[in-house]
Amino acid sequence: MEKQLYGLMAEFDTATELVDAARSTRDAGYKRTDAFSPFPIHEIDEALGIKRSILPVLVFFGGITGLLSGVSLQVFVHYIDYPLNIGGRPYLSWLSFVPPSFELTILLAGFTAVFGMLFLNGLPRPYHPVFNVPRFSLATREKFFLLIEAADEKYNYDETKAFLDSLKPQEVFDVEE
Amino acid sequence: MQDLERIQKRIYPPMVEGDHTLGSVSDKIGDVTLKKKTPFHWFIGFGIAFMVAQLLLFAVVTLLAKGIGIWGNNQPVGWAFDIINFVWWIGIGHAGTLISAILLLLNQKWRTSINRFAEAMTLFAVACAAMFPLLHTGRPWLAAYWLFPYPNVMGIWPQFRSPLIWDVFAVSTYATISLLFWYVGLIPDLATLRDRAKNKFFKLVYGALSWGWRGSARHWHRYEIAYLLLAGLSTPLVLSVHSIVSFDFSVSQVPGWHATIFPPYFVAGAIFAGFAMVLILCIPLRVWYNMKDFITDTHLIYMGKVMLATGLIVVYGYAMEAFFGWYSSSQYEVFMVKNRVWEGPYWWSYWLLIICNGLSIQLLWFKRFRESPFWLFMISIVVSIGMWLERFVIIVTSLNRDFLPSSWAMYSPTIFDWSMFIGTIGFFFTLIYLFVRFLPIISIFEVRTLLPEANVHGRQQDFDESVLEIEYTYERTDAPNKESEG
Repeated sequence: MEKQLYGLMAEFDTATELVDAARSTRDAGYKRTDAFSPFPIHEIDEALGIKRSILPVLVFFGGITGLLSGVSLQVFVHYIDYPLNIGGRPYLSWLSFVPPSFELTILLAGFTAVFGMLFLNGLPRPYHPVFNVPRFSLATREKFFLLIEAADEKYNYDETKAFLDSLKPQEVFDVEE
Repeated sequence: MQDLERIQKRIYPPMVEGDHTLGSVSDKIGDVTLKKKTPFHWFIGFGIAFMVAQLLLFAVVTLLAKGIGIWGNNQPVGWAFDIINFVWWIGIGHAGTLISAILLLLNQKWRTSINRFAEAMTLFAVACAAMFPLLHTGRPWLAAYWLFPYPNVMGIWPQFRSPLIWDVFAVSTYATISLLFWYVGLIPDLATLRDRAKNKFFKLVYGALSWGWRGSARHWHRYEIAYLLLAGLSTPLVLSVHSIVSFDFSVSQVPGWHATIFPPYFVAGAIFAGFAMVLILCIPLRVWYNMKDFITDTHLIYMGKVMLATGLIVVYGYAMEAFFGWYSSSQYEVFMVKNRVWEGPYWWSYWLLIICNGLSIQLLWFKRFRESPFWLFMISIVVSIGMWLERFVIIVTSLNRDFLPSSWAMYSPTIFDWSMFIGTIGFFFTLIYLFVRFLPIISIFEVRTLLPEANVHGRQQDFDESVLEIEYTYERTDAPNKESEG
């Protein structure tokens, strides 16, 4: 092989075929794999051995940060920096601090959910080697693709290609770097 | 077997009609944006909306030049069109989040084909709503330090004990989270448009907006978690927003405002008004863009039912308001109820409200009206007017005769009040028309998951069949408790 390859990719017609192929790939010992589909397929997580994301934990701490900043902001403003007597009510009238604190909790948790997801996914990333396969534009339409990266320990061009062929795909593509 | 199919259709009405495949769904929805010529009616509608939006320009420019004295509100009616329209618009926005978040958590599949434009509607409605509190300050460029807590040279802070500041936090959070939710939902669809666009320019624009989405399983995994978390976060958020809006009233001491029923009653009213607006938008849209396969009659019927349910909660709220007034034994509360319902000069607005919101929805009990898009559309328009009147009644009739009879006065809006209100309607529809032209109006990737071919062969299908068998047994034996538990 002369050209530097990013990996090999197989195209499938249905989600079921993709999940079955992904399962065989994992059984065959490949680790650096990925699947592409036009909609989320829940079965693929188990088939490819995708671990549960850490995202919910991040979102939890994002929410806590929002809550603490909301509470501390209001305590600072109304208790420390500028105490103002309104109708003889206590300076630390925490009940009235609830709505802004709540909103800030939601706001920061939401930011963490969206930007955390994009960050963990490595997006935005306008260029990716998989886009070099012309048929890959169908991955956002109706076709299903399975990728084995060249960086995988078990990867060997001829063997991996033969393996992918054995999964009965529509076609197997070389993915150029 | 035929029986089985009939029952299946009744229990699980198909959410996508016609013979659609993964590809045809992408084509049908994507082509509205990409391939088809912009239809003539789009130009007419957009033109009218854009012209009406100029009224807003007129009203805002005059307001900034002359100050809020051009409006009709004055003592004792110090709050009028500005807050009526604010609450009206923000209420309309609520249905979008309800559909996208709460119905997602409840696993209601019928949300799938209406959530995209319902969310767009939310965003645009919130944009219209936010204009009113901002502009009613008269000098919005100063509103920054009135509203937001930032350390300024004057050393002053906003008053966090005031519901008006809670409102600032609630509405700005709501707008931000709704925008994020909408955009996250758009990313995979923008990637679809990117891959389908022939035109280099659109390819570039949609490519940039989709941030290089490629449908990787690992990405989908995190995407779905993020989407579900956002739904979980938006659910209490959307309930809190209109509750806090209602605090603007109920935390004060004004008779007619100071009632504990306000938060739930406002939230129900918001969803009621919002579903009316969703129906107003989707009934013409599905015809003009031939989307009846995705927005089926079943969708309309469900929305009609939600409207009926929330409408009845709102009517209960009206009854409770009157009851609270009487039960309080406070002469001011009792007077307010009388003033609102029959003694005061605005009695007609109360009865119009009852006709619009209370009587008109009773038609929805009948299948004939629920199943007719024409009647649903008509009822939705009446309900939208009714919900506007509701805010008018709450605000104007509570204020125009306050504690001191010598200060009683009538309120009437000026031409600037009206042009600002009608202008925001034009602005709203201008944005809707732009959205319909440039973005997919239905979530493509979510509709794909509704198709049978999206099911991975195996467990799921078997499960559905076994449920059907149970329902079938249930139907035949009329014995609900024993075998049917299965």
